[in-house]
Amino acid sequence: MENEKKHFFDHPKNVKRLLNCFYVICAILVVLDFVIHRHVVHSWENLWAFYPIYGFVGCVVLVLVATWMRTFLMRDEDYYDSKVGCTEGGSHEGKLDADENLSGELTQKNTPKIGGHDVDA
Amino acid sequence: MWMLEIPPFVPFFIGALIALFTRGALRGAIMVATPILSGLHLWGMPEGVYLQFAFFDYELFPYRVDKLSLIFGYVFHIAALIAIVYSLHVRDTMQQVAAMLYAGSGLGAVFAGDLLTLFIFWECLAFTSVFLIWARRTENSYAAGLRYLITHVLSGVILLVGALFYVAEHDTLKFDYIGLDGIAGWLIFIAFGIKCAFPMAHNWLTDAYPEATVTGTVFLSAFTTKVAVYALARGYPGTELLIYIGAAMTCFPIFFAVIENDLRRVLAYSLINQVGFMVVGIGIGTALALNGAISHAFNDVIFKGLLFMSMGAVLHMTGRINGSDLGGLYKTMPKTTVLCIVGAASISAFPLFSGFVSKSMVMSAALENGHDWIWLMLLFASAGVFHHAGIKIPYFAFFAHDSGIRANDPPNNMVLAMTIAAGLCIAIGIYPSALYSLLPYDTGYNPYDATHVLAQTQLLFFSALAFVWLNLKGKYPPELRSTNLDFDWIYRRAVPNVLQKTFSIIWRVDGALRKCFLSMLDRCLGFIDQKNGGISNLLSRTYPAGSMVMWVAVILSAYLFLTFIR
Repeated sequence: MENEKKHFFDHPKNVKRLLNCFYVICAILVVLDFVIHRHVVHSWENLWAFYPIYGFVGCVVLVLVATWMRTFLMRDEDYYDSKVGCTEGGSHEGKLDADENLSGELTQKNTPKIGGHDVDA
Repeated sequence: MWMLEIPPFVPFFIGALIALFTRGALRGAIMVATPILSGLHLWGMPEGVYLQFAFFDYELFPYRVDKLSLIFGYVFHIAALIAIVYSLHVRDTMQQVAAMLYAGSGLGAVFAGDLLTLFIFWECLAFTSVFLIWARRTENSYAAGLRYLITHVLSGVILLVGALFYVAEHDTLKFDYIGLDGIAGWLIFIAFGIKCAFPMAHNWLTDAYPEATVTGTVFLSAFTTKVAVYALARGYPGTELLIYIGAAMTCFPIFFAVIENDLRRVLAYSLINQVGFMVVGIGIGTALALNGAISHAFNDVIFKGLLFMSMGAVLHMTGRINGSDLGGLYKTMPKTTVLCIVGAASISAFPLFSGFVSKSMVMSAALENGHDWIWLMLLFASAGVFHHAGIKIPYFAFFAHDSGIRANDPPNNMVLAMTIAAGLCIAIGIYPSALYSLLPYDTGYNPYDATHVLAQTQLLFFSALAFVWLNLKGKYPPELRSTNLDFDWIYRRAVPNVLQKTFSIIWRVDGALRKCFLSMLDRCLGFIDQKNGGISNLLSRTYPAGSMVMWVAVILSAYLFLTFIR
């Protein structure tokens, strides 16, 4: 690894340059709003910088909501591999839900269950 | 003319049969030749050709050629060719034969002119494609394949029942506009919906596709959902309900895609998102919207295939597919990186890439028909798809932090397949008229006006800006090794758990009741025994079995005798 040649993004300077370039393009795109005449269909399109703001805000909201969703949706990687809550009568269960139990039984041999983190508790 | 009217599934089924009995390079050559020859044959096929025969009282149309089926036929041939080239290095009879049969079934379904033929190919699609999942030969893929199969067989059964109701209602099996009036319409709609990954019926896709083989997923991404889109476009154009279902499909998967770690599962979610655009287009039902939906299906087959191929290449070369394990691959996989970015730009609908020329039609149609809120949802979904498929996929696989993995670019055949797909993405983006000329309607639509280009570029660049900003602030959710619960939790966890609890209670109650009954019976017997012993030995005396037989014989002969007397 040490002897490896340095790649493009290994230089922080290049990353900085790319980002600056990107910021300039974004700025130009907003300015173009005033230069190019649009054929608007919807009145919202006339709002100042509607598309840039919608895109930006939309994505920030998307990521924040998705991050929040993790708090109640995220489970261990092998969540479904561990067998469903095993009580007496498990053998009868197999007939009702063959594929489910099969996967459980198969995987249980190889992957010991790691305690799930109870995020919604 | 030499032209015979051969339905395109026939060459594929024959190709599969020959592939079964050949090995190595010969099998590869046959598999490549099949879609090329069949495609050339289809190219010369004029509209309006159909085969027809009578089945009991009904006319069946196993082969019907019109503009709608032709465009799906073309793209399925392209997809089959690309995927076959991509999988040329595979030496697995089961997978290769299944892939050929699967492509043939997809073609059979889009050229089916009646509901019975459609049902047959509908089930063929399920039974052939499941082998592409099982061919991974892991425990997870086996279980996911079973769940996939159950879902699709269920969809097929509902389709069959719907078709029977349809015959009862309309006295014909011909597959044309169906609409949502009557039980048949609803049943067939549900059957199509399951295959189309409607919300809450979508988990078969996100569950099974990432578990399939590297090459299998490329096949899977092309056919099943697009057959469903075709079927909806044929049977339910202009059904308003589809607009809302489609809009939901565009929006909800992007949230899951942002937090998903398995990059092929991210693509599976984004596949639902893209199908959502098509479903909205079909729901609006105007010429422009339908053109948009169909051309988007055409483009999606190619760019989604390209993305699945690039992620497949990563999985093939590194053995890993989780975003948390990857990063920095651009250093040693430059070709894959560039090709993946082309796919990402296409799915994000950057101007000059294929997604732009088709998605903008659906958006324009939504706006023109006064579906303002739907249009806003689609706009949000467009920004979102760029976020997770356009940026997240290439960024976490090829850039981000250096994972230290130094994998090379994949074998030449894989690179070639990706290059063909990328070339098509760019070609369609630059010269959309070629694609537009294949569409069912002539709308004279031009995607490259200043308004569209500027609006879309602004939207995308500022979505990217949001990504950059969140990343620099450290707010972007890191890739974590995890499972995210989705609707499949209901049938993979909740229902089994509830059933298990219920049955354990039932068995406990049952056990207690039996015990109680036995003890009562015991006591009863004891009581009778006691009483009997008290009265006399009359009832408790033991008789030999022979005497019983004798008395039975006596009674029977008495009966016999009595019957003679009468």
